[in-house]
Amino acid sequence: MSREDRRPVTRKRHTNAPGFAALGDETRLSLVAKLCSGQPCSISQLTHGSRLTRQAITKHLRVLESAGIVHCRRTGRESRFEFDPEPMVEMKRYLNLVSEQWDQALSRLKSFVER
Amino acid sequence: MNHTIEKRIELKAPVSRIWRALTDHREFGEWFGVKLDGPFVPGQISRGQITIPGYQHIKWEAVVQKMEPERLFSFTGHPHAVDPQIDYSGETPTLVEFRLEKTAAGTLLVVTESGFDKIPSDRRLEAFRENEGGWTQQMKNIEGYVARRP
Repeated sequence: MSREDRRPVTRKRHTNAPGFAALGDETRLSLVAKLCSGQPCSISQLTHGSRLTRQAITKHLRVLESAGIVHCRRTGRESRFEFDPEPMVEMKRYLNLVSEQWDQALSRLKSFVER
Repeated sequence: MNHTIEKRIELKAPVSRIWRALTDHREFGEWFGVKLDGPFVPGQISRGQITIPGYQHIKWEAVVQKMEPERLFSFTGHPHAVDPQIDYSGETPTLVEFRLEKTAAGTLLVVTESGFDKIPSDRRLEAFRENEGGWTQQMKNIEGYVARRP
């Protein structure tokens, strides 16, 4: 079998960057923390107890939504946001794989320089 | 989430030896598992082909950033052949830094990889900068949650 044949037929275009970027903000993290521990919440519920305005919270939710970390569900006139763990599970998996690859590469480096 | 990976390793060899293993492109290729087209030059693109079995179809491409002799070597790129099924070219390049420090036994090598959260400019989302407390606890909650998932 040639090298070409082993190449996977479908390559998923892949990026975790929007997810990492979306979570690189403390307000958004606090929203995720609220949502991942409970029920879907309305914007009013998420704004309650925050120093931020409803508009600001909404903007943050949209960033999380575009990264797939939260989904918005409309019930009647109200929008509720719910947490989707999938992107974060994938991000964690990716970082773990990168971390393992470094462990392997550095152990090869160690044998290489200490031989 | 912690967006930086840091690895520390004690190597029983002098700093000069480690420096050569990191910055001589042939030596780097041997332990890293990549066949590089040419030497590392700051500011220039380094290209090559991964040689790790099962990953040989993956290309290596990086931009050499800093080469401060026996102290710091860094590049940006996609250094990993993480999953042969996935094309990581959509992933923003990360910054990889190798720092060397002399120790009694030889050399301490600290490798960091950062910038997983940088998004390409065409998809750049509006940046928000708010500072609220509780970061650490929230991280724990979220990581705990994610860890419980398969």
